Order: sequence, then C-alpha cells, then structure tokens
Amino acid sequence: MLRFLVRRLMWFAITLWVVVTISFFLMRGVRGGPFDGERVLNPAIERNIQARYHLDWPQWKQYLQYIGPFNLDEQGLEVFGGDASDPFSGVLVGDFGPSFKYRDFTVNDIIGQSLPISASLGIIALLWALLLGLSTGIASALWRGSRTDVVLRLAATGGIALPNFTVAGMMVILFVFLMPLLPVAGYGTWRHLVLPGFALGAPFAAYISRLTRTGMLEVLSHDYIRTAHAKGLPRHTVILRHAIRGGLLPVVSYLGPATAGILTGSLVIERIFAIPGTGSHFVNSALNRDYTLAMGVTILYTVLVFTLNALVDLIYTVLDPRILLEES
Amino acid sequence: MADQATKKMGDWGLGAGELERILSEAAKHKGESLWQDAWRRLKANRTAWCSLCFLALFTSVAFLAPLLPLPSPVSLDLQIEPQPPVAPWSQFGRGGFSPEYWELSGLDQAMVRGRVAIFDDWQTAAWLGTDAKGRDILSRIVWGSRTSMLVALAAALCSLAIGVTYGALAGYLGGAVDNLMMRIVDVLYSIPFIFVVIFLITIVNEYRTELEDHYGINREVIFYLVIGAIYWLTMARVVRGQVLSLRHAEFIDAARQLGASTARIVFVHLVPNVLSIVIVYLTLTIPAVMLFEAFLSFLGLGIEPPKVSWGLLAVDGSEMVNPVRIYWWLVVFPAAAMGATLLALNLVGDGLRDALDPKLRGQS
Repeated sequence: MLRFLVRRLMWFAITLWVVVTISFFLMRGVRGGPFDGERVLNPAIERNIQARYHLDWPQWKQYLQYIGPFNLDEQGLEVFGGDASDPFSGVLVGDFGPSFKYRDFTVNDIIGQSLPISASLGIIALLWALLLGLSTGIASALWRGSRTDVVLRLAATGGIALPNFTVAGMMVILFVFLMPLLPVAGYGTWRHLVLPGFALGAPFAAYISRLTRTGMLEVLSHDYIRTAHAKGLPRHTVILRHAIRGGLLPVVSYLGPATAGILTGSLVIERIFAIPGTGSHFVNSALNRDYTLAMGVTILYTVLVFTLNALVDLIYTVLDPRILLEES
Repeated sequence: MADQATKKMGDWGLGAGELERILSEAAKHKGESLWQDAWRRLKANRTAWCSLCFLALFTSVAFLAPLLPLPSPVSLDLQIEPQPPVAPWSQFGRGGFSPEYWELSGLDQAMVRGRVAIFDDWQTAAWLGTDAKGRDILSRIVWGSRTSMLVALAAALCSLAIGVTYGALAGYLGGAVDNLMMRIVDVLYSIPFIFVVIFLITIVNEYRTELEDHYGINREVIFYLVIGAIYWLTMARVVRGQVLSLRHAEFIDAARQLGASTARIVFVHLVPNVLSIVIVYLTLTIPAVMLFEAFLSFLGLGIEPPKVSWGLLAVDGSEMVNPVRIYWWLVVFPAAAMGATLLALNLVGDGLRDALDPKLRGQS
C-alpha cells in the first residue's frame, strides 16, 4: 500500500513538472504578450509593467522564479525563500502569482472564488450521473430483453452520442420556456444548478448505465448468485447484498475518467449557463494570454484528476481484494 | 508423379476416378476467411446493418452535396427573425439559387457547375427552416456533415497511425523499452488534455499566416494533427496488449529466424493480425472526435465561419435559445442529425466488435 502510494506520488511529481515546464515555455515562446492591446503603450510604462511581472528577465530566471520560492533579485540565486516585496513566491508552495489580466487579483484569489462554484456543479453532476446511471443500469440488467431494457439501452446510447451543450439547449427549451420551473442562467441558489448539473452529468449517466448493465449481467450468471437464491434469500437481498458489489466494479474504475470528463465538460456548461466557475476562467485566460491564470488552472486540474484517479484505485482494491495495487 | 499418386490411391483402395471426384468436391467448398465470416455475422445483426446502411446513405449525400439542389449554405437573406420549417408538401421548391460558397476544391466546383447545369436556379424550400441570418438549415446540415465527417475521419486515421505504430513497437520490443513507452502513455493519460489542446490551438493561431503561406498548412490540418495526437493513447494500449500476446507466436519466431527486420515483423506480420480490434476502436474513435470538434467549435477554437460544421450549427442553435421566442428548429434538427450519426457509428462499432470477436458478444 505504502509503496504504491509513494510510487504514484513520484510519477505525479514528474508529470506535474513536465506539464508546468512545457506549458511555461510554450506560453512564453508565443509571440504577443498579455499586455498587447489596441492602444500602443508608452515605452516607459511598458517597461514598468514588464519589470513588475519580471517579463524583462531571461526565461530561465522567470522559470525558476515561477517554480519555487527562490528570491531571484539582482543579488543572485543564493537567497532562498520569497520576500514580501516580491509578487512571486512559487508554485512549489502553492502560489501561482498575480493574474496578468485581472491586475488586482492573484491567481489564488480567482481560483479560490471560482473553485467552490465549479466543485458544487461537478458534485451535483456526478451524483446525478451515478443515481440515474446505476438505477437504469440495474433495472435494464434485471429485466434483460424486455421492452424497458431496449428503451433504456437506446436512451443510454443516445445520451453518449449527444454533445452536452445540445442536451443543455433542449433542457432549457423544455424546463425554462415551455414549463417555467427553473431559471435560465446565473448562479446563486440550488435551483440555478439543477439544469447545468443535469446537462453536465447526462453523458456520464448514459455510460455508467451501460457499464452497470454489463457488470450486473456478468455477476448474475455466477454460481454464488444461484446459491444465494437456492438457500431461499429474497430477491432484493440477493441483488442488493450479493450482486451489486461485484457488478459495480467497472463503474468504480470509470469514476476517475468520469470525474476528469466532468471537469472538462464544465468548460462548456459554465459558459452556457453563465456560471462564474473555474472552467470559464480557463478558456478566457488562454484566449487573453493570461499566462499565470491559465497555468494555475491547468495545474489545479491536473492535480485533481491525478488525486481522484489514485483514490479510485484505492477504493477498487477495497472492493475487490483480488486486485493488487502493484499491478495497476 | 501423377502415376505414382494414382498408384498410391490404388493402394488405399480408391479407384482412379475417385481422386478427381474428391478434388473437384474440395474445389466446390470455398474456405471462409476471417473477414468474410465477420461480414456475414455483421449482416445478420439487424441493428448494426441498418446503421451501416444509414451511414453509407448519409456519407454519399454528404459527398454529393454540391450536386444536390440545396440552397447555398452561406447566402444571407436578412429577415427579422429565423423562419420556421416549411413542409415539403406545402412548398416543394423555389427559384433564386445563387452559387455562393467558401473556397471550394476543384472537384466540388465541378459538381457545383453540374448542379447549375441540371437544376438551373431551382432550389428546395426551407424544409427545416432558416437561421437568424436567413440561411437554410437543411443545406447547412448537409454541408456541415462534410466538414464534420472529414475532420473526424482524418483525425481518427491520424490517431490510428500513431497509436498502432507506438503500441505495436512497444509490445514487440518488450522489456525495459516497453515499460518506458507505456509509462509515458500512463503519464499522458493523467493530463487533462483539453487544456493542452486549447493552449496548442491558441498558440498555433498566432502563427497561422506563416504556416499557411510557407507550408500550406491551414487550421483544419492542424486540427486533425492535434486531435489525432491525443486520441492515440487508447489505441496504443489496445494494440500493445494484442501484440504482447502474439510476439511469441510461431509465425513470428519463424519470421525472425528467416532474418526479417524488426520493422518488417511489426508492420508485415504483427499489424495485420491486430487489425480487427483496431477497426473496432476506429469506429468508436470517430464519434469521440466528432464530439470533440463540436466542443472546440463551441469554444470558438474549431472550424471557422463561413465554413460550417455540426459543432458550429449546435453553437448557433444554443445561442438562439432565448425567452422571447423559441426557435426550436435551430436546436432540434442539427442535434438530431448529429445524434443519429453518432448513434449509428456507435452501433456499427458494437456490431463490428461482436462480428470480429464473438467471444466478446454482449459485453459493452
């Protein structure tokens, strides 16, 4: 267990370093800076801005400055530990620096404001996907071959095939304009999150439904299920106690990719429903060349995906002791 | 030789005529290759077969779009608001076609000339309605299908080329090389790729004029390459798994003994043997890429107007969702076209998997 975690952590560190390094140099390498605008700046002002964000330094120096709490002023490299006058104290201690576009905010401020919103949206979407996916999947496995099964499977395949913004558009037409139940867009109460959560979770619900059906069918054909029936257990006990545990394994392993997908999907959903979450910041920051903000969000999402994947693998071994962590 | 054979047959108690009879009977029975067998099974699967026919029909309509008497997908007809669909039986067609398009290839231009020669300025009425700028939705869906299908196919083939080569090499070389190569894949898997893609595309946009002038690479080609470069990961894993189980097969040992080079063994002997699973994954990658194109177009990073793709249509539709009036045809028809095509592709993929590998039947 410990060895697994250490190994994971090591790969994680390497991955993160590669992501940070590549995106850092890609962003700096691109022509056109964050302060390019319609208006030509006075050279003196431009020099001042450049100096403030250390854009006048050589790239390796900017890179070191960005990465760690090294104080790289004119004196040299020896002094470790950022000082208060320096806006950068480094990614290593969790400081992503000031935003280039929103001058008065640091990247940490922006993420701190928007992440709880994105997280609540993501959690609603995931819960919703699990609830809908599991129930339809189990129903369709239990009534295999029936009309219910055919309809549910078709709906699931359709759900995988439609892009989430189309689902969102149809939901809005149905539940906002034809039946005025929910608000169109914005953020504030739980009612604002119902439609976005649904649209975001729908494709994942469909996929979970398919996985559950397959897993349940496979498990239901095993001998121990027959034994359970034979010793006179009621049907619901057999299903809820014995079948579900094995049948849901594929779903658990899908949770990692599903969470990553939900994070990605929220880029679009947040934009449609005008939700001020992290996803919408990312797209805007990449287009605005707000280097620090874009990188901060990328790093944040990489960390999230990685942690969740490791967590899923751990849960997996608890559910199925036959699987050894070393192999994965 | 023939005498000897006849003599031998005689020894076994078979008459001289027997041999010819047996041989001619054997000639009547034709062996069935893996592909013929799979084709037969695919035809027996009604859902998959119908989906395949639907896709074939849709692809040919898409290809022949310039020849069809559709209105131009870009000619503007400024109205106060989008016009609702007109049923074909109340108004079938009308005049006033003008051949306005974006820059078309030579073949397409020839087809447009053919269309004008056949139908003159007759065009179909707005059966599926018009959008906010008075452009015909049906025509935009058909022309959009060309772009979307092309993008999907090209990107999927690109991912195929990278994934198969990488996976087959890793599986065949084995050992430390395999370990390292697959670790790299694992690491790439854990990166949220959408961010990388958005980065790459915004960066490439900075340099697009140079790329177009010097290398003839336009935004769509970059698009194929970038998407292809992401979707190869699963393909590589699958191919590697298959190759791993084949690399100690006798025919590979034999090829090695005969002095075949690594490249020859991998591409001539191993790759054809993993082709079936590769085709299945290809049919599942294409819908994924189409969705991704729609996703990027939605964010304004995909296909650019005046060209049209399904992603752009879906975006136009969802932008017109407003409480004043419901223009349902702008949302429903593009979504239906896209949903039906992706559904058909998924079903064909499932059917192909069942047909090529009966062991996996019923699993999804």
